[in-house]
Amino acid sequence: MDLAYYPGCTLKTRAKNFETSALAAMSALGINLVELPRWNCCGTVYSLAEDDLIHHVAAVRNLIRVKEQGKNKVVTLCAFCYNTLKRANLVMKDSPDKRYAINIFMDEEPDYYGEVETAHLLQVLRDDVGWEKIAGRVKHPLKDLKIVGYYGCTLLRPQSVAIDSVERPTILQDLLKALGGTAVDFPFATECCGAFQIVNNRDIITERTAAILGSAAKSGAEALAVSCPLCEYNLRQTQSSTKQPQSGVPVMPALYFTQLMALAFGLDLAVCGFEENSPETRAWLKNKGLIS
Amino acid sequence: MRVELSSKRLRSDFVKKIAELSGQNLYLCYQCGKCSAGCPMGFAMDILPNQIMRLVQLGLEEDIANSKTVWLCASCLTCTVRCPRGVDLSRVMEALRLLTLRKNKNYVEPSKMPPETVADLPQIALVSGFRKLTS
Ligand code: SF4
Ligand code: SF4
Repeated sequence: MDLAYYPGCTLKTRAKNFETSALAAMSALGINLVELPRWNCCGTVYSLAEDDLIHHVAAVRNLIRVKEQGKNKVVTLCAFCYNTLKRANLVMKDSPDKRYAINIFMDEEPDYYGEVETAHLLQVLRDDVGWEKIAGRVKHPLKDLKIVGYYGCTLLRPQSVAIDSVERPTILQDLLKALGGTAVDFPFATECCGAFQIVNNRDIITERTAAILGSAAKSGAEALAVSCPLCEYNLRQTQSSTKQPQSGVPVMPALYFTQLMALAFGLDLAVCGFEENSPETRAWLKNKGLIS
Repeated sequence: MRVELSSKRLRSDFVKKIAELSGQNLYLCYQCGKCSAGCPMGFAMDILPNQIMRLVQLGLEEDIANSKTVWLCASCLTCTVRCPRGVDLSRVMEALRLLTLRKNKNYVEPSKMPPETVADLPQIALVSGFRKLTS
């Protein structure tokens, strides 16, 4: 099965390991993620002001590119892209006045009415593939690995775009269980890591990630499964900038859920791109006998 | 939080502007404080999100302008999904930021950021940070 795929900027530069592991894991499940032949940055964040229509244009253009391919669904990996594309589409679908203004502004594009559904890869795994089929593909179950699913914000909020329960999601834990791992619940699963505040205030982000990692450690987890490249960056960078061990911030590996899939499926380790993860993550994987 | 109320300080045009930009009925808020209880940035804020709501209702523009709160908001939408009155507070925060940013004032100065930091940050951090904190 072929699915239209929108990568977004960060997966082509700072989160290549997210993309390479996802493409390989999906192809092992018989699904080709076919990158759109033309795409642009989605704008990363959805504009929250009523009169700010211009910032929806970048996202809507991408959705029109999907339609041009004769598709009505596009898959994303980056949690930010997912949120922005999905919310911009809701504007085009549900707000006639805004849709009219945006369509008139983009006079070089065909009119768009919100026909394209944006799906996150986790939804494809749950709804189109199914946990059983995924479990059936596992060669090396992730047994003895205690992992928390860390969701962050953009897959779950607002309610209108949530891929699972807003307050008690299970989709990441369900995947981890299908891969043969032990999914650990923890109270900070949907807490914000501070996101883009990293450009302004690293100390605040460190406080946030310390709270998140501390909670995960207290719940008995050894690692986090993530799906947002900004969460991954904030968790990784603040761990290494934190003076260990004086601060008491636990060091904890953070991996993309797709890297865990590739590991469990027994794929060529090169697709995981572990060299882009933290040294601590590689040390943990080695310790667990998952890489040499 | 002590606030001084007087017709001299109240800016009703400010209240109208925020209501328009945010698309929110500001008077729905009944000060339950749930937004502040769950706000991940609350620990660093000088004025809490529910207090911002009260100041907006009262038109106390200067009190908000003197606070760092709107610049610490991470647009995480935790308040949005939890407000029992259906107020989208993240939109009120955005409207308040835009009042400053649309006067061509930056909160973060990209040219003053250390080049190594800029080179290290992923695009989603830079683009979203600049979208929220620069004009
Ligand atoms: S949660 Fe809603 S009603 Fe309660 S204080 Fe915050 S904005 Fe007001
Ligand atoms: S959107 Fe802003 S104010 Fe609301 S909970 Fe998140 S950081 Fe706090």
